[in-house]
Amino acid sequence: MRRIISVLLENEPGALSRVVGLFSQRNYNIETLTVAPTEDETLSRLTVTTSGSDRVIEQITKQLNKLIEVVKLVDLTEGAHIERELMLVKLKATGSQRAEIKRTVDIFRGQIVDVTSSVYTVQLAGNSEKLDGFIQAIGTSGVLEVVRSGVSGIARGEKVLSL
Amino acid sequence: MELLSGADMLIRSLQDEGIEYIYGYPGGAALHIYDALFRQDKVKHILVRHEQAAVHMADGYARATGLPGTVLVTSGPGATNTITGIATAFMDSIPLVVLCGQVASTLIGEDAFQETDMIGVSRPVVKHNLSVRHPEEIPGIIRKAYYIAATGRPGPVVVDIPKDMTTPNERYEYVFPKKVKLRSYNPAIRGHAGQIKKAVDMLMAAKRPIIYAGGGVILGKATDQLTELVRMLGYPITNTLMGIGCYPASDKQHLGWLGMHGTYESNMAMHHSDLILCVGARFDDRVTNATEKFCPGARIVHIDIDPASISKTIDADVPIVGPVDAVLKEMITLVRESKETPDADAIAAWWKQIEEWRAFHGMRYETSPDVIKPQEVVEALCRLTNGEAFVTSDVGQHQMFAAQYYKFDKPNRWINSGGLGTMGFGLPAAMGVKLTHPDDDVLCITGEGSIQMNIQELSTCKQYNLPVKIINLNNQALGMVKQWQDMNYESRHAESYMGSLPDFIKLAEAYGHVGVRIDRKEDLEPKLKEVLAMKDDLVFVDIYVDRFEHVYPMQVARGSMKDMWLSKTERV
Repeated sequence: MRRIISVLLENEPGALSRVVGLFSQRNYNIETLTVAPTEDETLSRLTVTTSGSDRVIEQITKQLNKLIEVVKLVDLTEGAHIERELMLVKLKATGSQRAEIKRTVDIFRGQIVDVTSSVYTVQLAGNSEKLDGFIQAIGTSGVLEVVRSGVSGIARGEKVLSL
Repeated sequence: MELLSGADMLIRSLQDEGIEYIYGYPGGAALHIYDALFRQDKVKHILVRHEQAAVHMADGYARATGLPGTVLVTSGPGATNTITGIATAFMDSIPLVVLCGQVASTLIGEDAFQETDMIGVSRPVVKHNLSVRHPEEIPGIIRKAYYIAATGRPGPVVVDIPKDMTTPNERYEYVFPKKVKLRSYNPAIRGHAGQIKKAVDMLMAAKRPIIYAGGGVILGKATDQLTELVRMLGYPITNTLMGIGCYPASDKQHLGWLGMHGTYESNMAMHHSDLILCVGARFDDRVTNATEKFCPGARIVHIDIDPASISKTIDADVPIVGPVDAVLKEMITLVRESKETPDADAIAAWWKQIEEWRAFHGMRYETSPDVIKPQEVVEALCRLTNGEAFVTSDVGQHQMFAAQYYKFDKPNRWINSGGLGTMGFGLPAAMGVKLTHPDDDVLCITGEGSIQMNIQELSTCKQYNLPVKIINLNNQALGMVKQWQDMNYESRHAESYMGSLPDFIKLAEAYGHVGVRIDRKEDLEPKLKEVLAMKDDLVFVDIYVDRFEHVYPMQVARGSMKDMWLSKTERV
């Protein structure tokens, strides 16, 4: 089952490589990974999406917790949560395609953030399925380049991952 | 205010940490540190002949004393040579601090001479590693390194020290921190009371209970508590290869050790039990055999300081995260106060069954009128040293024979590479033990394959006068490899025979030691006695043993715990 694990990590050199190394060393899967500093400059927030049996997920969280630089972590998929991914897509846009793309972007509530005579650059945010859906709707033949940020997530309601 | 250079701070921190010995090898990036070491006499340095041996030596010291070991090496090859030693300590949870020189911080990343990314290289085999970025950080980093290495589930910690952090004329204020506080590292200090209560209730209700103890009991210094609890309950106990000595082997409640080459009665009792109390062990694959066939009728209580060891390979019914000594102490109190008592009839029937198993095999082996059996050598050594020697081993058949036939009543005396299985471990580990236990018998039981992996340390033994006794069970083959080839590859002995063995007697003499050869059965005991009487000499005893002997019992691959070979022809 797919899981989103959110980690507060000491913002120190080498900390990220320990997390990534752990996944490859123990044969765990990383589907997406995002990391950036938080409002507390001593901490980074790392979000990893992974999949595996319950036993594997339990081991992943336990092994992550063992890393000295991991301060706290939560499996967001255990409760109600919000997940978002940002995508930038460069699309071939000429002639009648231009209007069609514009319509599709509107339907997906995306924005065209850069325009040339033959290319649209589209920005889209949402959960991963929505981004997949947009690419499907546009058709891969018109896609010149795709950049996805990987998943970020946060729990719904009052629950907070902090010190 | 005291101003010190980074190098002096480092050595001073070691002093303040109470470090007595460090094992190492100098080189360019570590020279400022070695100079600081030279200008003091509190911390003693042992110069090895290969960095791998320095780590095993520190490791042997740590296993025998329960204190963290310390290593000092230079950058690049000096550092990478320590990796096998670090991995060995990591797998067996041994506390070590490995101090590595590094090229100057201004050169890092430029492929400088003797540069290796030691933080990256060591990462998968350390508990943690730390890099010095300013000389002032050194005392804090050293304090932190020992704290992390020795607390919780212990393990090796690497400290990477760029050369410009130790420059002699750049001095800073020296402050050795009194306390270490890490917001992200807080090992449990006691177990969950509710879980402990539940475990005790299960223990009282069990009809076929067994205690399965591991190296964690020795590392957690909980042998007294374990012994007390086991005696109070009157239940059978088995332990892992790493747990040897956690409970007296000569006691009648002790069934021997379990697993691939464990005793018949231990493996049978585990398989047929209805409750397993696992204390500081980790259901390793060399214990469980096929996990899906593991102990089908048993409920499992698992005590471990490391939550990740619980339910990793075998699901625990009652997990208890905490230090084994504290948890066992609480269990003892609860058992004492409990209104329930064990079901005497059920336990008596269980013991009757176990005694039948014990009588059935009883670690027998065939003797021969003229050929020396390796088992006989170990039994003779055990007799001659009253079971009180420190015994280190390498890896292979000799390791299993030593563990099976030397009876340890005390912890910290059986010293082997159980998790990683590192050949070449035995001699340097024995040296580390001998250094701090000069009046005890220290035996390195080895084979002619393993001993050659760190034979150069005979030179270190001469320099520091370390009169260990090397017991070479010479079967002129890589015995365990050959055994597997006999059993699984129709005796096709691919590369398991070593031709051109050196004359070990002359070799020992060349290093300034004594060599003794034993090849006649009647000489075995008298000559071993003579060897053990030579207290001041390192003696290399080259013993020609049966070339065709196998280690039994041996679990059948992919079977359950009860599926074993008991000899070359008997399978149960």
